[in-house]
Amino acid sequence: MGDKVLMKGNEALAYGAIDCGADGYFGYPITPQSEVMETLMKEMPWETTGMVVLQAESETASINMVYGGACTGKKCMTSTSSPGISLMCEGLSYLAGAELPCVVVDVVRGGPGLGTIQPGQGDYFQMVKGGGHGDYHTVVLSPASVQDMYDFVGLGFKLAFKYLTPCIILGDGVIGQMMEKVQLRDKTPRWTEEEIKKISPWACTGKKGRKRNVITSLALDPSVMEETNLRLQARYRKMEKEDVMFENYKTEDADYLFVAYGCMSRIGETAVDMAREKGIKVGLLRPITLFPFPTAEIDRLVPQLKSIMSIELSSGQMVEDVRLAVNGRVPVGFYGRMGGSVPSPEEILNALMNFIK
Amino acid sequence: MDVKDIIKPENMVYGKTKLLTDNILHYCPGCSHGVVHKLIAEVIDEMGIQDKTIGISPVGCAVFAYNYIDIDWEEAAHGRAPALATATKRLNPDKYVFTYQGDGDLASIGTAEIMHACNRGENIVVIFINNAIYGMTGGQMAPTTLLGMKTATTPYGRRADLNGYPLKITELIAQLEGTCYVTRQSVETAPAVRKAKKAIRKAFENSMMKKGTSFVEIVSTCNSGWKIPPVKANKWMEENMFPFYPLGDMKDR
Ligand SMILES: Cc1ncc(C[n+]2csc(CCOP(=O)(O)OP(=O)(O)O)c2C)c(N)n1
Ligand code: SF4
Ligand SMILES: [Mg+2]
Repeated sequence: MGDKVLMKGNEALAYGAIDCGADGYFGYPITPQSEVMETLMKEMPWETTGMVVLQAESETASINMVYGGACTGKKCMTSTSSPGISLMCEGLSYLAGAELPCVVVDVVRGGPGLGTIQPGQGDYFQMVKGGGHGDYHTVVLSPASVQDMYDFVGLGFKLAFKYLTPCIILGDGVIGQMMEKVQLRDKTPRWTEEEIKKISPWACTGKKGRKRNVITSLALDPSVMEETNLRLQARYRKMEKEDVMFENYKTEDADYLFVAYGCMSRIGETAVDMAREKGIKVGLLRPITLFPFPTAEIDRLVPQLKSIMSIELSSGQMVEDVRLAVNGRVPVGFYGRMGGSVPSPEEILNALMNFIK
Repeated sequence: MDVKDIIKPENMVYGKTKLLTDNILHYCPGCSHGVVHKLIAEVIDEMGIQDKTIGISPVGCAVFAYNYIDIDWEEAAHGRAPALATATKRLNPDKYVFTYQGDGDLASIGTAEIMHACNRGENIVVIFINNAIYGMTGGQMAPTTLLGMKTATTPYGRRADLNGYPLKITELIAQLEGTCYVTRQSVETAPAVRKAKKAIRKAFENSMMKKGTSFVEIVSTCNSGWKIPPVKANKWMEENMFPFYPLGDMKDR
């Protein structure tokens, strides 16, 4: 175990990358996540672990650099915020189609358009439902603390290589900018060339003693393309079985449930405590994986509940997945703020009281 | 003498390049892509670097280059090959990394990626097939389409006032500090083929010398897009393309 250090969420992403043995980071500045590349450039990991860090000419280029590095079996990542994610969606679709592992961080800000540099959760649809063209999903992790920002880079690579898919860390401007203590982990060394050949026999490592490796998402023959799709879908079903992650806060005896992710789960927990002081038994479910979504856990909780409320920094995006899980058995409410505004715990509790009265 | 007596190793004056696969080329008869593929395969073979070379194919008629040259390949999104090459080379500096791109891919949708990869001086090779047209999608105007040239989207000929001017992207690339070798070649005659091969070899050799980006344009024909049969297309290219896109080295340092 390493030290405990006070840092920003965005800095934690940078240290998480170096410490988990990432090979490459490619990015383009955008608020509120520019500290990720700034921290990496200051740390100069190319002098220590050999990690490559490069400022690209655009998010289109950075995601395609990630693609180029991932083709060679390396652990590559990028980070950006909402407008940058829109540019990356082409690349994400290609990465998903070519079955390439990587980590992509979206420190979400309010939109649409150029929007605001204040926090948001309006990219849920874009990231959780795919984002780019075609039938695909990625693993989507939702950090709710600076510690999560640090830990999820390594976790993201683990899941990305397990499922041969991009893994999205869907953060928000609050988690990116706030400072908290982080427990640093033991450093994982970068994979050697020999390890890469074993872990990723499909990678472009130079044709020698095997058939040539070709990384492509193209198949003109529909039967071949359908096979690719079926393989992807089978992986998504496997994720739903093996890697759903969530956290329960005071749900054991709860009559009412908040569902919230990222910074909203932190605010929601305070609202839960305030409600309990008034004698109202409220709990909170925090999905850690937004894809795969904790549908089964909501299903398990529904019989004890009178109603559920999804609270988000959006006009209501995750609430659609909550409604699907609840399937009409109890009322599902929603409260959200948009455009960079963040609600207070009192505001959320009021919204719940209005909904259940 | 029986034909079997003639086909003997000692009588061989020409053989199929080892690194070309047995897959049947999908290119139209007369298309320059096939010739350039062969030259790249020969250079990789002669340099003995099959196990150290990673190719990046574009979106365009050459998207299937990976079916023909027996090395590891990455297939890029339209125009993005130089970004892939950047990371591939930086993360694997012991590898020879090249992109293979058409004019639509390199000089239109991927202009930003090629300019910045070249300006950063990435130690990669760029093979640029300029056939002045979008071959794959059925012969639409390319950024390099000549004024007056008829294409599917300039049915009355390209007009500067409507469509802008043909882009001499290679001249722009030559201005960038990051490039060490920028040349324009062609493959319509035997001497031209020999010169183009020398240029490709030099570009590959440069990429291990940390000198920057090597950029080889091949002025090419597209018989289907131009709607001109092979022999006539070569002549048309010489008479119309070469005056606007003059052959030769623009930079060598
Ligand atoms: C984002 C995107 N836009 C458009 C296309 C369609 N498209 C495929 S190839 C091509 C043009 C290729 O022309 P060029 O690069 O000159 O290659 P050529 O076929 O002439 O060798 C286009 C527009 C695509 N595949 N992706
Ligand atoms: S369409 Fe043009 S570029 Fe494509 S294969 Fe045919 S001749 Fe070659
Ligand atoms: Mg073309």
